Amino acid sequence: MPELWIEGRAVRVPDGSSVLAALQNAGIRTLRQSLSGEPRGALCGMGSCLECRALVDGRVVRTCLTPVRDGQHITLFAEGVHDR
Amino acid sequence: MTVEAHTDIAVVGAGPAGLSAALNAARSGQTVTLIDAQPGRGGQIWRGAKVDTPHPAATLLHALDACPNVRWPGQTEIAWVEASGDDRTLILHGPDGLTRLHTGRVILATGAVERFLPFPGWTLPGVTGAGALQAMVKAGLDVRGARVVVAGSGPLLLAVAAGLRQAGARVLGIAEQAPLASAARFGLAAARLGGKARESAGLAWALRGVGYWPGTYPVLAEGNGTLERVTLRRAGRNTTLDCEWLAVGFGLVPETRVAALLGCALTDSGAVQVDAWGQTSVRGVYAAGEITGVGGVDKALHEGTVAGCAASGQIERLRDAAATSARHSAFQAALDRAFTLRPELRELPAPHTVICRCEDVTHAQLRTQAGWTDAKLQTRCGMGACQGRVCGPATEALYGWRFSGVRPPLTPLPISDLLTPP
Repeated sequence: MPELWIEGRAVRVPDGSSVLAALQNAGIRTLRQSLSGEPRGALCGMGSCLECRALVDGRVVRTCLTPVRDGQHITLFAEGVHDR
Repeated sequence: MTVEAHTDIAVVGAGPAGLSAALNAARSGQTVTLIDAQPGRGGQIWRGAKVDTPHPAATLLHALDACPNVRWPGQTEIAWVEASGDDRTLILHGPDGLTRLHTGRVILATGAVERFLPFPGWTLPGVTGAGALQAMVKAGLDVRGARVVVAGSGPLLLAVAAGLRQAGARVLGIAEQAPLASAARFGLAAARLGGKARESAGLAWALRGVGYWPGTYPVLAEGNGTLERVTLRRAGRNTTLDCEWLAVGFGLVPETRVAALLGCALTDSGAVQVDAWGQTSVRGVYAAGEITGVGGVDKALHEGTVAGCAASGQIERLRDAAATSARHSAFQAALDRAFTLRPELRELPAPHTVICRCEDVTHAQLRTQAGWTDAKLQTRCGMGACQGRVCGPATEALYGWRFSGVRPPLTPLPISDLLTPP
């Protein structure tokens, strides 16, 4: 089972999961804050809504399209911080 | 780094239509490249399908794996296209950067996306698409013991509810916006088509004990930070249910972005126009599956075969195709009629309800706009990260606008990938 780092916390997840599922199963459903500060989570599950984006090893990715790999570091878009 | 590559036929989308197109095209001996954003093949309906499991997709994947002339790079998307005469270059973006894929013919099998209709609270974490929640579960989301309400419209809701239940969720019920008479008429139409009857019976068994509520739709989602309860309306009366997930999708919309970049003409209902051989209005560009009209997996497999054969010059294999195509068109028309969206759904957003999630544009800001272009100019609606993939179909349903916002690159690209010299 791969071990990932979610916001600095080590989590073991089943092989074949998406990073999104790893986050959700760790109890993280709010993945970003919207422009006006509302909580947002994954919507479409297939790569079109971009609500699930987060930093994985320093790159902005859609977590629903990203398979888990051993040693990945995942960082959420924290309050007030945006990728734009 | 930018890589140069060549292929005779590029197939865009690795769902049932794309897989069947790729396999049939490959039988001509020409080289085929199969492109899809997902890490695995199978599309949304066959997500996570593996070659070594007893699955309808397995035969197809097995046969494809035996074709040395089919390439499958995986996790690759079309960023933009360049065309000159009959030669086309697809600029692909994948984990290793950009690839310039030179190809003669293209088969589009990009499928469909869910239509989301905004209502107060729909932006709360825990509210997802219907197919979306199923996709998340297939990707590893644990829903054991979780209370889920499935809502929206169309036969997909039944498959989603059955899948969630199998994964251990407590499905509280299925709210279908269409009236009972329509849903039942569709059930009868489906039962007359070979193969669909057994599928319906299987679903009925998997969903025994789960409430199916026709004429019902969500009007409010609430919770402190994440979803805690949903209010459903049926015949003017509201009922509130406690739940952790609301899986809500109002049907499917053809995903025509790549087709738009290639200049393919669309029908009035927003699908890609094709002739009897699956060729679009652009010579050498074919289309198959949900993008030619949402009609399910059997239609997709059939059209994939037609487009794959036609694009590779094997017309002689398509002698009986026309009759099958007619049957699938009848099914698709029945689907459209049965699950027409009720007008009340347009009244669901409150003035402060966000319609464009990327830019936080509200119903109050949008309802006075004349159309899509005005909305973009005045409010930034559709100009955020998703580029109108969510609010485009929503504003079509709410305000009757025609979405016209397809711009390259289709997917956000890291600047570093664009700046690296070839």
